[in-house]
Amino acid sequence: MADRAQPVTLLHALGGFVAAGVALAILGPLVAVALRAEAGAQLGAADWSAIRFTLLQALLSAVLSVGLAIPVARALARRVFPGRRLLVTLMGAPFILPVIVAVFGLLAVFGRNGWISQALGLIGLPPIEIYGLHGLVLAHIFFNLPLAVRLFLQGWLAIPAERARLAASLGFTPRDIARHFEWPMLRATAPGAFLVIFLICTTSFAVALTLGGGPNATTVELAIYQAFRFDFDLGRAAMLGLVQVAICAVAGLLVLRVAVPRVIGTGLDRPPMRWEAFATRGRASDALAITVAALFLLLPLAALVGKGLMAVTGVPVSVWEAALRSLGLAISSAALAVALAFPMAALMARRARTGLEMIGALSIAVSPLVIGTGAFLILQPVANPVSLALPITGLVNAMMSLPFLLRALIPALQEAETSQGRLADSLGLGGFNRLRHAILPRVRGPLGFGAGLAAALSMGDLGVIALFSSPAQGTLPLEMYRLMGSYRTDDAQGAALLLLCLSLALFWAFDRGGRLRAAS
Amino acid sequence: MRHTIMATAFSLIAASAAAETPVLSIYTYDSFVADWGPGPLIEAAFEETCDCDLQFTGAGDGAALLARIRLEGAHSDADVVLGLDTNLMDAAEQTGLFAPHGITVPELDLPVGWEDQVFLPFDWGYFAFVYNTDMTDVPGSFTELAASDARIVIQDPRSSTPGLGLLMWVSAAYGDAAAGIWEGLADNVVTVTPGWSTAYDLFLEGEADMVLSYTTSPAYHLIAEEDDSKAAAAFEEGHYLQVEVAGLLANSDQPDLARDFLAFMLTEPFQAVIPTTNWMYPAALPADHLPEGFETLMTPDRALLFDPATAAATRAEALDIWLTALSQ
Repeated sequence: MADRAQPVTLLHALGGFVAAGVALAILGPLVAVALRAEAGAQLGAADWSAIRFTLLQALLSAVLSVGLAIPVARALARRVFPGRRLLVTLMGAPFILPVIVAVFGLLAVFGRNGWISQALGLIGLPPIEIYGLHGLVLAHIFFNLPLAVRLFLQGWLAIPAERARLAASLGFTPRDIARHFEWPMLRATAPGAFLVIFLICTTSFAVALTLGGGPNATTVELAIYQAFRFDFDLGRAAMLGLVQVAICAVAGLLVLRVAVPRVIGTGLDRPPMRWEAFATRGRASDALAITVAALFLLLPLAALVGKGLMAVTGVPVSVWEAALRSLGLAISSAALAVALAFPMAALMARRARTGLEMIGALSIAVSPLVIGTGAFLILQPVANPVSLALPITGLVNAMMSLPFLLRALIPALQEAETSQGRLADSLGLGGFNRLRHAILPRVRGPLGFGAGLAAALSMGDLGVIALFSSPAQGTLPLEMYRLMGSYRTDDAQGAALLLLCLSLALFWAFDRGGRLRAAS
Repeated sequence: MRHTIMATAFSLIAASAAAETPVLSIYTYDSFVADWGPGPLIEAAFEETCDCDLQFTGAGDGAALLARIRLEGAHSDADVVLGLDTNLMDAAEQTGLFAPHGITVPELDLPVGWEDQVFLPFDWGYFAFVYNTDMTDVPGSFTELAASDARIVIQDPRSSTPGLGLLMWVSAAYGDAAAGIWEGLADNVVTVTPGWSTAYDLFLEGEADMVLSYTTSPAYHLIAEEDDSKAAAAFEEGHYLQVEVAGLLANSDQPDLARDFLAFMLTEPFQAVIPTTNWMYPAALPADHLPEGFETLMTPDRALLFDPATAAATRAEALDIWLTALSQ
């Protein structure tokens, strides 16, 4: 594909421009923090042990999330049952929830006073112990399994129906199918999914501390927190910020070395195949995979709903105002994220793309605290950062969701170019017309999925706004934290349920295109 | 004609500029400015007397507040910073960003004397372990707690002010023996949270028997929720104090207004809203003016408090001891 002469279109030029802008917007604040620092910062022994722990837990979490997602996505791809669409959407909820909300959902099920421990108590067994490395990894799987499942599901459903039909008529065994279809798809999808989840887990802070059990569970992000808030050592904060970028770069290079370009044959625009035609034998294992995953992901959510339901109608007016503000922010942030991601993905679908991929992944590798602090330092001389709190939060949120959008868009764009590109070339379709007729119809699903993720992530994010906010600008998560900080736990649970519903609704609304495809 | 319109427009702008009320900008922690916190009531009360516009800005918790002021440095828009505590005071003063308050301090209701020239206290509370009253064998000291199998949840001193307060508490009570206490406590600690609210929620969800909070926490449940099932354990070593303070910034463009506010802070309209909005003891309201319910609270026999300089000097070593003991 790279051999073919291809014109550099306006879209691709824009992609390069956006990528450069994103790199600048992420690394600029890091540099600003470093410049403001006094010289002589050094990493101490505690920092090194934080780095080791960060890598260990992120590696465990990413391997397990990706590994467990494969059978679940496979089962969802080849089974049709009532409520499947709803299940796929609901199962995505943990990923888009604010950390602390999701942690409390998990604790309601797995905690010392949770459902499982209570059931164990009935038969005279001691409660299960969730605090420690295993609890932390469990929480990270809870957060990231849904993302991995969706990324793999996109992959499975992108396998052209014609090929599956041909395979069926040739009497392929499940083994043949695995070798010819599933393995290449997994090789193309899994490294990216692993990288994204690994990076998310490296920046973990609140989960690590809360469920990690104690100071052993210190991550780099907590060390940044400490450097910034406990010692006000901007030099160490910047250096630790760089360490996170370095971890991202090394992980990215390692992972992309094993990634291979996608090689999947061309299909016509027909509904995806019915995998169940091949899978009579896997019926039991599929049912098991779907049931276990659904219980694991949905029970904690059910607990949150149960707790919030009584309180949600009684929450203070300021919570509803904050909800409106958050909705506006999430929708603009999603629009911005798509505007940034589409040209980048178009460029990355065509070119050798290691550098671009790194830029795309950078935003999850950089600490929100460092970005926020740096943005503050840059803006302060020219404008009042407080008055810009919402726009900055929107921009940072958009950049934070870039990696997920790129992950979803690039394979789809590649496939669209591979399958429709020649035809479009021969018809002389270029520019906007090519985009509209040849490309967009084929990437609508991943685009909707990505935009939905971006909107929902932005809805639940508490990264940057907390640094800048004034009382009148509180977003819904911030308002929820304020309630928690004033003992008003019931109201906070009501606000958390509102947040859960709004995030899911946003995701659902944007993801409709993707769901239509995933369901047929 | 056009000139007339423009002239009118300019004169209107000029008039509105002249009539513009002065703005007093106060940085504080998040829960202070929430709709249900003390902020809105205090804003309304002060604006009645000052002919000014009081604006609160929330910035995380006390530690984040100090970091924010240090970031903004001399360019800060803030006139007053409200919500640091005695453990942060030394670092705050070292920045050189604060000016002496220059106020004759009225008689205060603190368990300790107050002579600081830069910071004035507005409320205070004792750190304490809060438990459910159905708990049996409530420990009466750190040594009893360490020997018991009570499960506690505490906050990380590196990311939260109560967490730091607990470090100071153990140091103030045990000095050189603090390491031994922490080693004994290690197996009681269920988990360590980034901040107070997560810890308190874990306790309310039944994940732990006790949580590090304040002696005034049960007052919230009693008064706001009519629930008397929470109490604070009395420790015989004494309880460490958190004294919350405010100070004015040297670069304030409204120094007189800022001083007026600090003086107002120690009068009844401000102090009276503190107990049932911030759930702390007011710094200048006689005990018999406390709302009903506060008389049920446990009052420690001994108040412990490091002066700011000692607190600052103790911090790094205390953190080392804590990290070592809990990393076993």
